[in-house]
Amino acid sequence: MTKLRFPVDVNAWIGPYPFRELPHPDASVLVHVLHRERIGQAWVGALPGAWHRDPSPSNAWLSEQLSPHADVLRPSPTVRPDWPGWQAELDRAVSNGAPSVRVYPMQLGIGATSPALAALATACGERGLVVQLTVRFEDLRQRHPLDSANDLTAAHVRAIVRADTCVHVIVSGAGRELLEETHWSLTPAEQERCYWDWSWIWGPPEDRFAHLLETVGAARFVFGGFWPLRLVQAPLSTFSLLPAHLLSLTTADGAGIALSAVAASRGSASTASG
Amino acid sequence: MAPRHLIDPHAHFHWAESRDDFARYNASRLRACDAIGVSCQVASILGTWGKRSPTYFASPGDVSSGNDAMYAIADAEPLRVRSFVHVNPNHTIHALAEIERGVARGAIGVKLSASRRADDPLVDAIAHDAGLRGLPVLHHVWQHRQRDWANQEASDALELAALARRHPNTNFILAHIGGGGDWAHSIEVIRDLPNIFPDTSGSGVDRGMLDAYVDAVGPSRLLWAADLTLCTALAKLQALEVMGLAQDDLDDICWRNAVRIFPHASFTLT
Repeated sequence: MTKLRFPVDVNAWIGPYPFRELPHPDASVLVHVLHRERIGQAWVGALPGAWHRDPSPSNAWLSEQLSPHADVLRPSPTVRPDWPGWQAELDRAVSNGAPSVRVYPMQLGIGATSPALAALATACGERGLVVQLTVRFEDLRQRHPLDSANDLTAAHVRAIVRADTCVHVIVSGAGRELLEETHWSLTPAEQERCYWDWSWIWGPPEDRFAHLLETVGAARFVFGGFWPLRLVQAPLSTFSLLPAHLLSLTTADGAGIALSAVAASRGSASTASG
Repeated sequence: MAPRHLIDPHAHFHWAESRDDFARYNASRLRACDAIGVSCQVASILGTWGKRSPTYFASPGDVSSGNDAMYAIADAEPLRVRSFVHVNPNHTIHALAEIERGVARGAIGVKLSASRRADDPLVDAIAHDAGLRGLPVLHHVWQHRQRDWANQEASDALELAALARRHPNTNFILAHIGGGGDWAHSIEVIRDLPNIFPDTSGSGVDRGMLDAYVDAVGPSRLLWAADLTLCTALAKLQALEVMGLAQDDLDDICWRNAVRIFPHASFTLT
């Protein structure tokens, strides 16, 4: 079998995008792309759910779409932590085998100090679900006038990571500035529960990704492709253009992060029961 | 399938007066271009990149000294690097003299950034002169500029199209469809303008963008390019390679269109 370039793409979606036409954002096409690019699996969200009042219907649709491809595509349902009954969505995620859930505070107007975020962090920590955050869907300069949500802030990421000692967080689409502000404002123990994809971090000639690998460390990074919004080749290219001495570094992988989250939740449960 | 050669018609370098780590930056660019397989890049330096005068409103002195630094880099890498001559149209006499001086120093194109709106009559003398000399004009474009942004007088495709219509014998490169703004807006504006060649550069890697441009303007007018982010340039090259293009079409986009629009014998392709 051909060697995989990355075992898991933690950040893919399926479904239409409200602000422009996306070419065939379908599960079967994603499976084809993963195979072509030698990526083992993807964690997949329902793209329209990021803008829905109640994400439950889009999560149900997501499960249905992914079920024929269960060996390759794993669900990452959307959770709205200020919506009645949101904990049930987490329980459904666990029973469906989801490694993570996605929350979009900026699209929902949830501030960094909202108790809803802290409650979500605790609930996910207890269940061993990784929390996934998206900094942005498109570049600020091209957004539709109705797409008025700002980029995710470091304060949001800090609030979730600090809210619970078990919660594990993956942030997608951060640039160097947001990543550094967040990483260096966390304790070492908190840093170890926070992961970043490098899909919006530039390679040469600025070499920001190389810089961050050397300062923040390769273990904080995980592969995320941003499909179907962006070319999955972008983070692959950024990695392949690293200076030779960095190419041998091992980044985190989704499966390992999910296992850590589950292990932390069990530790939490035994501590609580003891 | 891979292209037989690769020419980047939208590149930039730095120099001692623009950033402290210019040598690292330039070396990184050359190393990455080698890794990608770029045969030659056509590059410019925009004055002092904001250090002494604004990047997009560079003073005449900074324009000239930046160009000199660019020519020195091209002299040192004659096969891998060719030069644009960068000018600020607000200083028309200086700009025209700088083009003449640049051609003598080996420049093969004119670089206009965001110093003056493209449809402004002040740009006509430069567009005309470039056409007479057979030099393409690489024009910075903000795709669908809906307002003015600080520190630049950016143009969008509508304004570049107005200039291109007034100068049908001059070829224009519409800069970085992935470089910010709404790339979909520019497609319809330039679809039927044969002397505008959009380049694929910029940090943007939206799915659907390359397909839309190939469909609209055809492989004979699209130019693969990098600008400031070589990682996204490689991504777009790899995307072009799996789009199902014919070898000739891929070659057009990746190097042959550049050979056609730059002066004869600008590139040594081995």
